[in-house]
Amino acid sequence: MMNWLSQIVSVSLFSLRTIPARKGAAITTAIGIAGVVAVFVGVLSIAEGFRAAMTVSGPQDVAIVLRAGADSEMTSGLTREETRLIADAPGIARTPEGAPFTSSELFVMVNLPKRSTGTDANVPMRGVGKEAMAVRSDFKILEGRNIELGKNEVIAGIGAARSFAGLDVGKKIHIGMIDWEVVGIFSGGGGSAESEIWTDSAVLQPAYNRQEGFQSVYAKLISPQDIDQFRGALESNPQLKVKAMLQSEWLSEQSTMLTGFIQGIGYFITGLMALGALFGALNTMYSAVAARTREIATLRALGFGASPIVLSVMFESLVLSLAGGAAGAAAAYFTLNGYQASTINWQSFSQIAFAFTVTPALLANAILWAAVIGVLGGLFPAIRAARLPIATALREI
Amino acid sequence: MKFLALIWSNLKRKKLRTALTLLSIFIAFLLFGLLCTIKESFTGGVTMAGADRLITRHKVSLIMSLPEAHRVKIERINGVAYAVPFVWFNGIYQDKPENFFATIPTDPEAFLKMYPEYTLPEAEKKAWLETRSGAIVGRTLADRFQWKVGDRIPLMSPIWPHTGDTAWEFDIVGIFDGTKKSADTSGMYMRYDYLDEGRARGDGEVGWYGVQIADPDRATEVAAAIDKEFENSPYETKTEPEGAFMQGFAQQIGDMGTILTAILSSVFFTILLVAGNTMAQTVRERTEEIGVLKAMGFTNELVLALVLAESSVIAMVGGFAGLAAAWLIAAGGSPVPGMLPIFYFAPHYVALGVALVFALGFVAGILPALQAMRLQIAVALRRNA
Repeated sequence: MMNWLSQIVSVSLFSLRTIPARKGAAITTAIGIAGVVAVFVGVLSIAEGFRAAMTVSGPQDVAIVLRAGADSEMTSGLTREETRLIADAPGIARTPEGAPFTSSELFVMVNLPKRSTGTDANVPMRGVGKEAMAVRSDFKILEGRNIELGKNEVIAGIGAARSFAGLDVGKKIHIGMIDWEVVGIFSGGGGSAESEIWTDSAVLQPAYNRQEGFQSVYAKLISPQDIDQFRGALESNPQLKVKAMLQSEWLSEQSTMLTGFIQGIGYFITGLMALGALFGALNTMYSAVAARTREIATLRALGFGASPIVLSVMFESLVLSLAGGAAGAAAAYFTLNGYQASTINWQSFSQIAFAFTVTPALLANAILWAAVIGVLGGLFPAIRAARLPIATALREI
Repeated sequence: MKFLALIWSNLKRKKLRTALTLLSIFIAFLLFGLLCTIKESFTGGVTMAGADRLITRHKVSLIMSLPEAHRVKIERINGVAYAVPFVWFNGIYQDKPENFFATIPTDPEAFLKMYPEYTLPEAEKKAWLETRSGAIVGRTLADRFQWKVGDRIPLMSPIWPHTGDTAWEFDIVGIFDGTKKSADTSGMYMRYDYLDEGRARGDGEVGWYGVQIADPDRATEVAAAIDKEFENSPYETKTEPEGAFMQGFAQQIGDMGTILTAILSSVFFTILLVAGNTMAQTVRERTEEIGVLKAMGFTNELVLALVLAESSVIAMVGGFAGLAAAWLIAAGGSPVPGMLPIFYFAPHYVALGVALVFALGFVAGILPALQAMRLQIAVALRRNA
C-alpha cells in the first residue's frame, strides 16, 4: 500500500515536472478552462445580483395587500375606504397609542434617462405617507434628509440614484408638468424599493389623476406568523376583494421569471462551453500521453503499476484545470463583482438596479466545474497510457 | 485539387485529435449562433420598424393613458394619414402568468392597413371586421397553444377587469403570418370597441397611438407638430419614429447586449486558442515530413497554402456544422416565447458567422503555416534523427 502511494506521488511529481516541456498545450488547456469558469461566474453573478436586489434582507414582518387578481402593484387598485378596512385587520402591529402600522401607497412609472446610456427607462415612483418608513424598519436615509409631506420633494433609492441621471441630492427632476426636488438618498425599504423614487402620496395623487385611491397597502405585522390570521381576516371580509402576502414572498415571486431566465441561459452557455473545453483538455492530455509514450513505458518496465500511471495523468490534468479555473474565477471576481447594471423586470415592467454579485458559493461551484472537466479530460488519455503494451511503446520513436 | 488527398490524409492521421478539434469548433459556432439569436430577439423589433410610422404615447410614461379623442385631433394634423389606437391589455390565459403573450386591442381596419407586414387571409380579415368579440392571433402563438380559427379563448385582465369581474371571451377569427421572419407573430390583437364596451372602468382610455404619415422625410417635423398640439394639456404626448420607440424599449433591457457580446468574445478567444494550438502541434509533429516535401521540390508558398488549407478545412467543417445546428435549433422556435417572441437566426448574423469561420481557419493556421514555410530542409530532416 505504501509502495503504491509512493509510486503515485513520484510519478505525479514526475509528470508535473515535465509540464514546462509541453507548456504551449498546457497553457492552452488552462486558458480554455479559465474561459469556461469566467463565463460561468460572470453570467450567474448577474442572476445572483438580480436576486439579491429583489430579496428582502431586512424585516420579514412586512405584508403587502393588493386587489385580488392583480399581478403587480401597477395593476392593483384600492379605494381609501378599502385601505381603512385593511388597517383594521388583526395581526397588524400597533403604536402605543393604538394606531396601526400600515402605509397606503401609490405606484406609478416615470421616464428618466439612464446614466450609462442616456436612454429613457421606466423608473418606478412610489407615493407614500409618513407611516411608510415606520412600517419598513430597515429604511434609512443615507444622504440628505427625508421628504417633507405636502411638498414636491422626492427621495431616491440608492440603486436608482446610481443608475438614473438627475437623482442627486439638491437637483431637480422634471416629470410631466412638475419639478421635483431630490432631497435625499435612502437604503432599505425591502428589496426592489432601492430601485425606486419615493414622494408624498398626497402630492403624487393629483399629479397622476389618481385621487380616487391607492394601489397597495404595506402593513407591519406583530410577527411573521401572523400573516395567516391577517390574510384570513382580509379574505373572508365580504367588503374587500384583496389578496395579502408577506413582502418577501411577493418579491421572490416577482423575480422568478428573470432570475430563472438568466440562470437558464447561464447554465446552458456554460454547459456547452464546458463541453468545448473538455474536448480541448482531452486533446491536450492525449498529446501529453502520446509525447510521453516512451517515458511511461520505461516507468512500467521499471516496475511502476498501471494505476499510479492512470492517477498521475489524471492528476496532471486536474492540476492544469484547477489552475485555469482559479485564474478564470479570479478574473471574473475582480472585473465583475459589484459591476452596476440595471434591467427591466418583465413581471413588474419596471427597472431594477442591481450589482453583479460573485458569491463564494458561485466561486466554489465554478472550481468544481473546472475539477470535473479536468478529471474527465484526463481519464481517457490516462487509461490509454496505462494500456500501452510496454514492448511496443518502448520501440516507438 | 490534387492536393486535397494530401490534406485529407493529414487530417485522418490523428483521427481522435481531428475529431476533438472539430467538436470544439462545432460547439463554439453553435454557441455563437444561439447567442446571436437571443441578441436579435432583444433588439429585433427595431429592424422591422417602418420609417413612415410614428408612435405617440403619454409623455410621462407608457403606462399612462391618452384619451380616445386624441385620435381625431392627431388625424387633423398636417402630414398625418391616419392614427391607430392601441391598448396594453395584459391578458392572462388559464390564470397562469407563465402563459404570457402580448394581447393588444386596436382598430382592426386601420391596424391591418398600417401593418402590411402582417398577412391575414381575406376571409379572415372580413370575419374580424364583422365579429365584435373577434381576435386574430399570430402563427407562433397559435402553434404554442394549438389554437385554431373558431376557438373561444377566455382571458382575465388585471388592468382592464370585465364588467362583473367575469373573464373576457374572445373568438379567434384569424391567424396572421409575417411577411418577414423578424415579424413578431407571438401576439394577439382584439377590437378596441369590444374592450371599451366591456371594461368595468377607464372608458375611452387608449394606451398609445400608431401614426401613419404620408412622407417619411417629414417624420421629425410631424412628430413635433403632434406633441405641440397637446403641449400643456393634462395629456402631454411624446411622439417618436417607431424605430426609436422600439430601440428605447430594447434599451430598457439594459446591458444585456454588451454582456452577450462579452460572452461571445470570451467563447471565441478560448476556442481560437484551443484550435490554434492543435494546428501548431500538428505541424510541429510533421516537421520532418514537411522537410521531405520541400526536398521533393514543394515550394515555400505551396507548403504555406497546404497548412492553411488544412486549418481552413477543420474550421469550415466544424464551423458550418455548428452554424447549421444553431439554425435548426432557432427554426424550432423560441424556448421561452413569453420573453423572446422573435426567435430566428438573422441573415446578417449568419453572414458574420461564415466570415468568422474563415477568419478562424486563417488565424489558427497562419503561425504554424509560416513556421512550416520558413523551415530549412536540412534542419527539418535532421530534427528527429
